[in-house]
Amino acid sequence: MLAFKDFRSRELAKRALGVIEKLAAEESYTFMHVCGTHEQAITRHGLRSLLPANIKLIAGPGCPVCVTPASEVDAAVALAEEGKVVLTYGDALRVPGSELSLAQVRAKGCDVRVVYSIREAVKLAQAEPEKEMVFFSIGLDTTAPSVAAEIARGLPENLSILNALRLTVPVMELLLGLGDLRFEGYLAPGHVSAIIGAKAYEVIPQAYGMPVVISGFEPLDLLLSVAMLIKQVKEGSAKVENEYSRAVSYEGNLRAQELVNKVFEVATTQWRGIGRVPFSGLKLREEYAEWDARRRYALKESRGVDIRPGCSCHLVIIGKLSPQECRMFGSVCTPAKPYGPCMVSQEGTCNVAYRYSQQVV
Amino acid sequence: MCLAVPGVIKEIRGNIAVVDYGGVVKEADISLLESVDVGDYVIVHVGYAITKLSEDEARQSIAAWKEALERLARF
Ligand code: SF4
Repeated sequence: MLAFKDFRSRELAKRALGVIEKLAAEESYTFMHVCGTHEQAITRHGLRSLLPANIKLIAGPGCPVCVTPASEVDAAVALAEEGKVVLTYGDALRVPGSELSLAQVRAKGCDVRVVYSIREAVKLAQAEPEKEMVFFSIGLDTTAPSVAAEIARGLPENLSILNALRLTVPVMELLLGLGDLRFEGYLAPGHVSAIIGAKAYEVIPQAYGMPVVISGFEPLDLLLSVAMLIKQVKEGSAKVENEYSRAVSYEGNLRAQELVNKVFEVATTQWRGIGRVPFSGLKLREEYAEWDARRRYALKESRGVDIRPGCSCHLVIIGKLSPQECRMFGSVCTPAKPYGPCMVSQEGTCNVAYRYSQQVV
Repeated sequence: MCLAVPGVIKEIRGNIAVVDYGGVVKEADISLLESVDVGDYVIVHVGYAITKLSEDEARQSIAAWKEALERLARF
């Protein structure tokens, strides 16, 4: 597919860089992305050093693992300790709870298993109907439809959901409301947008006057998106533009949206390092409450220790601090022995920064 | 959790498609998409295809960008 390969073209990327340099001239611009996969792409392709020095790209809250609060990990840990089989994505295994991670209770002999998708969790539950299983469902807008689809299809009796799904746009709004973060535009996450559509971001330019460009993940995608943002700032306009139109439509994936709405309702939820954000989480609707692990096992919400002493994740997550500015970075805190949540996942800002500074790909 | 690379559909069996990511082949659930065929490019997230890539759109945006880059370069 030639047209897709063009987005990897070095020649075009070089030209785009030249244009960005001209466009940006003497002004300084800071743009925030909110996507772990964007962070990986930006770092892997060395875009920060390729771009002129007056253009800064900062990472916001885009890694689902990093923003899952300790209280939710604690709930999963408690279930595992009670003898339930806890199923989750590999990335969620090492996220610190208040005291323990799922990996640590697994080492103590609890039954914690890694699955690639909720489909696999369903199959495991079907294969061992005598065991009570709980799927620890972390993720953002992109992950929600798969979970909704399986719940709507009907889960096996012995499987329930410890839901920790979160929505991206409300937290993008919240950051703008903080008032002390300085950036001139948002690079919106391509695959979240494939689900929610470009329309979901309209509120950001409308209510906050902030430009938004939905970006793909190839170097050229990101460079063109940066050029589009600079152009908006220069023209004094603020709108939602879609650079990633080959994968994202204005309406998004309507079938997926319908499923998510059918199974979940929007709720206020806690984000690690950020706090409680209104309308930013998903909760199972009453009709599906029997699949809610919190109900089934009468779980109590713990307060949870989200940020351990010395960890700066609360500042890294909102783009106020770069990982290297945390004094734990690379000494106390490494991907092999993460101290804070941003070092755990392959998408975590600190994890990405560490791996690429070590040239480990 | 996210795989940014598109894969191409090689085979469809009911709700399940066999997707090839440049040599690595995996199954994906396609029930979130309205219509997909063998040969379509899709983005898969945690085992579910979430969107189909449009080659027309790709071609159009590249063409539009080539033009814009030329215009801007002459600035
Ligand atoms: S380096 Fe470790 S301790 Fe510091 S902010 Fe990142 S994850 Fe937290």
